Amino acid sequence: MALQSLDITRRSATSTQPPDRRKTQEVVKLIDVSKCIGCKACQAACMEWNDTRDVIGANHGVLDNPMDLTAASWTVMRYSEVETDRGLEWLIRKDGCMHCSDPGCLKACPAPGAIVQYSNGIVDFHEESCIGCGYCIAGCPFNIPRLSKKDSKVYKCTLCSDRVAVGLEPACAKTCPTGAIVFGTKEDMYHHAEGRISDLKSRGFAKAGIYDAPGVGGTHVMYVLQHADKPELYHGLVKDPDISPLVSLWKGVAKPLVTMAFGAGILGAVMHYVTKGPNEVSEEIEKEFKDEK
Amino acid sequence: MTNHWVDIKNANVIIVMGGNAAEAHPCGFKWVTEAKAHNKATFIVIDPRFTRSASVADLYAPLRTGTDIAFLGGVINYLLSNDKIQHEYVKAYTNAPFIVKEGYEFEDGLFSGYEAAKHMYDKSTWAYEIGPDGYAKVDPTLTHPRSVFQLLKKHYSRYTPDAVSNICGTPKDTFLKVCEIIATTSVPDRTLTFMYALGWTQHTVGSQMIRTAAMVQLLLGNVGMAGGGVNALRGHSNIQGLTDLGLLSNLLPGYLTLPGDKETDYNAYISARAFKPLRPGQLDYWQNYAKFHVSLMKAWFGKAATKENKWCFNWLPKLDKVYDVLQVFELMHQGKMNGYFCQGFNPLGSIPNKAKLIAAFSKLKYMVVIDPLATETSCFWENHGEYNDVKTSEIQTEVIRLPSTCFAEENGSLTNSGRWLQWHYRGAPPPGDAKPDADIIAGIYLKLRELYQKEGGAFPDSILNLTWNYDIPHAPSPEELAKEYNGKALADLTDPKDKSKVILKKGLQLDGFAQLQDDGSTSCGCWIFSGSWTEKGNMMARRDNYDPSGLGNTLNWAFSWPANRRILYNRASCDPSGKPWDPKRRLIWWDGAKWTGVDVPDFKPDVPPGNPMSPFIMQPEGVGRLFALDKMAEGPFPEHYEPFETPIDTNPLHPKVVNNPAARVFKDDRAAFGTSKDFPYAATTYRVTEHFHFWTKHTRIASILQPEQFVEIGVELAKEKGIKDGDWVKVWSNRGFIKAKAVVTKRLKPLQVNGKTVNHVGIPIHWGFKGLAKNGYLANTLTPFVGDANTQTPEFKSFLVNIEKA
Repeated sequence: MALQSLDITRRSATSTQPPDRRKTQEVVKLIDVSKCIGCKACQAACMEWNDTRDVIGANHGVLDNPMDLTAASWTVMRYSEVETDRGLEWLIRKDGCMHCSDPGCLKACPAPGAIVQYSNGIVDFHEESCIGCGYCIAGCPFNIPRLSKKDSKVYKCTLCSDRVAVGLEPACAKTCPTGAIVFGTKEDMYHHAEGRISDLKSRGFAKAGIYDAPGVGGTHVMYVLQHADKPELYHGLVKDPDISPLVSLWKGVAKPLVTMAFGAGILGAVMHYVTKGPNEVSEEIEKEFKDEK
Repeated sequence: MTNHWVDIKNANVIIVMGGNAAEAHPCGFKWVTEAKAHNKATFIVIDPRFTRSASVADLYAPLRTGTDIAFLGGVINYLLSNDKIQHEYVKAYTNAPFIVKEGYEFEDGLFSGYEAAKHMYDKSTWAYEIGPDGYAKVDPTLTHPRSVFQLLKKHYSRYTPDAVSNICGTPKDTFLKVCEIIATTSVPDRTLTFMYALGWTQHTVGSQMIRTAAMVQLLLGNVGMAGGGVNALRGHSNIQGLTDLGLLSNLLPGYLTLPGDKETDYNAYISARAFKPLRPGQLDYWQNYAKFHVSLMKAWFGKAATKENKWCFNWLPKLDKVYDVLQVFELMHQGKMNGYFCQGFNPLGSIPNKAKLIAAFSKLKYMVVIDPLATETSCFWENHGEYNDVKTSEIQTEVIRLPSTCFAEENGSLTNSGRWLQWHYRGAPPPGDAKPDADIIAGIYLKLRELYQKEGGAFPDSILNLTWNYDIPHAPSPEELAKEYNGKALADLTDPKDKSKVILKKGLQLDGFAQLQDDGSTSCGCWIFSGSWTEKGNMMARRDNYDPSGLGNTLNWAFSWPANRRILYNRASCDPSGKPWDPKRRLIWWDGAKWTGVDVPDFKPDVPPGNPMSPFIMQPEGVGRLFALDKMAEGPFPEHYEPFETPIDTNPLHPKVVNNPAARVFKDDRAAFGTSKDFPYAATTYRVTEHFHFWTKHTRIASILQPEQFVEIGVELAKEKGIKDGDWVKVWSNRGFIKAKAVVTKRLKPLQVNGKTVNHVGIPIHWGFKGLAKNGYLANTLTPFVGDANTQTPEFKSFLVNIEKA
């Protein structure tokens, strides 16, 4: 982390800009859904590199497993069987943090330095500063961060910032057997995607295109989609993601006030309620706790 | 593979059929995505299930499990009736012009010579007509009524698009679309590749399914071409090496064969395998059989193998029958085989009809298991409730488990599907007392030798005289073994043209199998591996990926058997005059003095174009066989036979002969077949990408990715049965039951077959009662104990079940 501190362009809950920073090239992980075979090698590589191990769960009537992102599963494959004018299609999307240029999580975060953005575009969580409030979860338009039940801190894909910092590609890109995941500068990835899109168009996917969500200023994880006009076909990929107006309010006006107000009581609680809901442990979570025992 | 993994990128059309490459071979599948992205290839998947391969295909065609010959027979009929074949290739490089002996017939589902009582054929009429010169007769006009070409036309004329659709359940327009795309590769500069795996081999007509694909490729002129061929995707890491080294009960290393019990004469044994040429001027490479065989015997028995004792021929076991896995477990079940060494194999999981296996193992006196894992086989005597409901106290079998290393814990070579021997190095030391398999076997051998030395015995010769000159006798190194397979000169080898010139000094490693001799002056443990460890060193460890042609023929990367050749039959990539069919994808060419190119020529290097020598040099007639002569058990042309458990109770082509008439079925197993009345659904077993056989349920990450046993059923069947996503279901056949979670999917559609709706039930195999994943039932509780008539590979892919919500 220490070496990368020079690359930080934004820090959560910090009004002053980091004073000195190195310029690095903006990077992108491009996921070509049309080449993905859903083998889950990326899920395995992610667990291996980041040394996370989810629970050995159960089958829920689908091939997806683990069923959702968790504090230990930073990426999961989402399988969607859809009927289009081409007949049955099985769309398989690797889900995980999109590394937004305008990250809702960072904006929502009240803990100084718990979320940072590097000049290469990677949005990273520094768990040692995380206070476990979960505002980032509400701030994320893609529903990505997950709160750990073990240490009450939030986890998500780091885009292997530790690998990228030393010139390696993310573990998932390294392991992907079909080259569906590629990694490079944003410019190069756009160029690569264009080639893929023209190939898809030649195969009858008239609406093939790139997914780079303008509502969040573009992302550093992009998709090539066969049906770019209907991202929701891909297990509900958000069509026009944007940051909740409440987060903008919090960030723009309210947060500095609250930060100043000693205790930050009322508004913080209100914010907590609107973004996270009441403080209740859901039945599901309770059940999971029991299952783990 | 006739070709190799990288070569898939050169294809214009790729068909995955009888396999699911994306799911079971995800790493190799990258070459399919390469071909699509950079060669504009069209990718077709033909399978009962819409698989992960199908998810990235341009066209998916469903078919009923077990009906691939009907589908491909229909393709042959389409190509012939629409004149979409590569004429010049078919005429010059296949046996289409050959004339078949009078008496050959096919009628009502049976070929001539059937002996009903024995379930076997007298194959004497499945032969060429031989002329007075001793060679097969040919008709270059292809019009003779008994020419292979005319017989082929007649045989497949029954496989009309309507007949195909009726048998396979494939919609007719989808079938025709597939045919049209296949037909585009009948021109010289377009190729099709077939990628298949256990989805073809695991049927009672599995070998013939593969043959049908080979025939399609011969008709299209796609064999020997870059981006062509018939490509088997091998499963277990090093299963290719296993077959190469002859670890099947009837084989010797390098696809040499053991003698039968009637073959007591050495010279007769050799001449039955060193086939006489069937056409003038053919290379007919198997004529060198004696050189391979004698060198093998010298490797095994050294000085004890002499010309006088026929190179120890009498020491070889003589087979009364083939001891394939089904035969072995049948004998065990009958109580006739009572000791069992089980090395790197989990038969309780991998052999059909688990109940029969449990009964068979329970009759053993002892079982020795050599494996890195605590397999179900080694724990067959443990009671695990419904998953393995045995009475432990009634089982007296002594089980000895010898922990072995896994591949990452030892040096050695692995042979991939493309026949590349790739050397690898130990990544980590083995845990605990685990030992390499070679050390374990060496320990057993040395003990046996000691006992024979001390006590003598009925036949000590082969044990006492076995070559065992390893530095550490109880731990032969992979390097020593590899050198032994390559072979060496036992005397100075001289140039056949100039006997005074020594080409290889005594004691040196051979350059390749061309140097092998049948006079005892060379030794070689596996002739096809010769050239893999020469005086230049370990050729398998080479890692230079220089690729001057861009076709992926990296001749300095590892070693590819035979002779470092990457694409088999590559002489057929040029026309008879020596000109490459496709100037953009030239593999070899004639440079005026010899054959040269970007691959090692599969031909005699100094025989110029225009010579009668034909490209298929391992065949006595020099050409590819559309008509298989007597090489197959059930006929010279593949014919559609139903699985032994068929959901339609008949064979629409010939109702009197429903399934493979030459299949071997043991008495009790025939009684254990079910019918569609009680078991109305067509079942098939398979692998999913998250797991590798029964191994990876022992690892945490793979178990996280797919933790629990499931079966797949279509939406329509689920609705009919009131089954929802994630419900527990019970699936049973006439041999037992399993329970699993239901995955209800649109990817399995009901098919209309012969006036009946056929639903499939898909059964992944990976779970069992040992390991980290959730306990499950061994899927082979359900499968029938019957195999392919040629290989005896069990019919795991087509059987009948019933299903209910549990």
